[in-house]
Amino acid sequence: MGLFDRFKKGLQKSRTSLVERLGNVFRSRKLDESVYEEMEEAFIAADMGVETAFALVEDVRALARKNKVENAEQLPELMVEAMSKMLSEQDSEMRFATDGPTLVLMVGVNGAGKTTTIGKLAHYYLTEGKRVLLAAADTFRAAAIEQLLAWGDRVDCDVIRHTQGADPAAVIFDAIQAGRARNADIILCDTAGRLQNKTHLMAELAKIHKVAARELPGSPHEVLLVIDGTTGQNGLNQAKVFKEVVDVSGIVVTKLDGTAKGGIVLPIVHEQGIPVKWIGLGEGMDDLQPFDATAFAEAVCKP
Amino acid sequence: MLEGLSSSLQKALGKLRSKGKLTESDVQEAMREVRLALLAADVNVKVVRDFVARVRERAVGQDVQKSLTPGQQVIKIVYEELTELMGGTQARIQMAAKPPTVIMLVGLQGAGKTTAIAKLGLAFRQHQHRPLLVAADVYRPAAIDQLHVLGRQVDIPVFDMGTETNPVDIVRNGMAEAERQGADVVLVDTAGRLHIDDALMTELEDMKSTIEPSEVLLVVDAMTGQDAVHVAETFHERLGVTGVILTKLDGDARGGAALTVRAVTGCAIKYVGLGEKIEPLEPFHPDRLASRILGMGDVLSLIERA
Ligand SMILES: Nc1nc2c(ncn2[C@@H]2O[C@H](COP(=O)(O)OP(=O)(O)OP(=O)(O)O)[C@@H](O)[C@H]2O)c(=O)[nH]1
Ligand SMILES: Nc1nc2c(ncn2[C@@H]2O[C@H](COP(=O)(O)OP(=O)(O)OP(=O)(O)O)[C@@H](O)[C@H]2O)c(=O)[nH]1
Ligand SMILES: [Mg+2]
Ligand SMILES: [Mg+2]
Repeated sequence: MGLFDRFKKGLQKSRTSLVERLGNVFRSRKLDESVYEEMEEAFIAADMGVETAFALVEDVRALARKNKVENAEQLPELMVEAMSKMLSEQDSEMRFATDGPTLVLMVGVNGAGKTTTIGKLAHYYLTEGKRVLLAAADTFRAAAIEQLLAWGDRVDCDVIRHTQGADPAAVIFDAIQAGRARNADIILCDTAGRLQNKTHLMAELAKIHKVAARELPGSPHEVLLVIDGTTGQNGLNQAKVFKEVVDVSGIVVTKLDGTAKGGIVLPIVHEQGIPVKWIGLGEGMDDLQPFDATAFAEAVCKP
Repeated sequence: MLEGLSSSLQKALGKLRSKGKLTESDVQEAMREVRLALLAADVNVKVVRDFVARVRERAVGQDVQKSLTPGQQVIKIVYEELTELMGGTQARIQMAAKPPTVIMLVGLQGAGKTTAIAKLGLAFRQHQHRPLLVAADVYRPAAIDQLHVLGRQVDIPVFDMGTETNPVDIVRNGMAEAERQGADVVLVDTAGRLHIDDALMTELEDMKSTIEPSEVLLVVDAMTGQDAVHVAETFHERLGVTGVILTKLDGDARGGAALTVRAVTGCAIKYVGLGEKIEPLEPFHPDRLASRILGMGDVLSLIERA
């Protein structure tokens, strides 16, 4: 058998989901060490990383001991409990300005889903009857402004924009003036995607942040880091560096409508202390949900 | 993170004493650390398991080179296996016997397809080809605008039919347009889609059978985690992927997904994307990615000198 056939054969098993696989383990076995090993591997396969997977298994083990659980079938419940406990260590509510417009800055690496999430968030708040304004502060990527304009059209919302190549901080400046003049409740600011190891681009983001804070005291009220749900261990690095530079206040996990589990948010919440606030479940304007720790944990653990 | 892992790995390997031949327990201990390094680099757990088993088998009983410690010897084997696994077949674009050469780029949303199209186009143009870019993403807002902006930047014509025509018709007409213009390379930008979206995957199959491309390149984000296995498997099953483009390697992700994708599809990684600026795509170097995935630059340079 060739090299690749070997691998392929080994991988065939992974077609069955984490839970289906664990389900068999849970049904057929007493609570022994091998059950916990399988659980750890399932957690790793959900992108939680080795350390968090290990920590979670220890939490489940402690819960099993406390509840005198002897049967593996009772484990899924405990897994959900342990995971949702870890995920609700932080407060997932959005923060709003007490007075005047609330400014939300959307940040993240390239292609994570920032612009799309802005469109969805605009729709969410417009439906609640809020006055929403969009700021096209990604002046770098080809047709990023047109993309946000298309979203503005779709959800019926104004977009403050300059032209490609303009200073993004100047767009934010204008958006704040416009937001005040028009009595906007919420200003949603798009920014260009940037990889966290690009220091000059991170410095540009810090400048955008500074201009917002200066022109609208107390803002940005939210800095949302958008993380692609298919992201692996690099996501933790993203959270760490973006937090250092612009004091991230919440996470949006996107693309959870696929088969990725988005487990990287567990170490982000746990180690970086940043709460998840929203999850993205598709490309349509309704495909955004406020984060619910228990629902998320159940989605990861159960079929 | 990188440094941390590398040093913990080296510490574990340092424990191995020089004994002439690698024993089972030597290798066992080293492979435990290798496993952690691979998982931290996002190589899929199953791939890791198979890989570790394979290398362990190969390593036990091997002679330790004079200039290396047993630990370094194990790393040498791991590194060689990784490099071999990701290299192998020659990573060149398959040109059609009768022009035009048609290349389709496919992948998940936001992976970097449209950017890669422009970069590929630029490379072809610089080699005296006459490419045509075909805008077959009718779903993503302003996807067509994006391709036009990029096309202007690299001075390559873009064919589009707006967003109201279905992609199969667009590519069919794109082929006719290529003939009319005398283009010898046709690069098709497709919409990002989930591998489990059956309707959209069928659409890709239909596009493929309509234009019979020489290459179907799967575009994969270097930051992808464990799920790369499902993505690669499904795209390959339905489309017969012929190669991979690994994007965003200018970041600090270790890129273990590449190993996963290579292992499941058997397809070569043909190019890597190293930035947002439109420059020609870079060729892929298996040895560089192998050392990046392992995160042990210093050990490896030592081995190379041995
Ligand atoms: N399936 C799915 N696709 C999504 C989701 N969110 C965004 N996308 C898609 O992902 C791709 C990238 O989304 P964008 O919103 O352009 O991402 P971005 O972070 O603004 O990208 P840059 O500005 O280029 O850095 C688009 O094709 C979106 O339609 C989601 O929750 N699910
Ligand atoms: N840093 C970096 N950014 C990249 C690279 N390739 C693409 N990007 C960026 O990633 C984002 C998404 O790229 P696109 O080319 O629009 O991705 P796509 O796959 O066409 O996206 P959809 O059409 O929405 O599925 C953009 O911000 C690009 O500038 C790369 O190699 N390095
Ligand atoms: Mg964007
Ligand atoms: Mg695209």
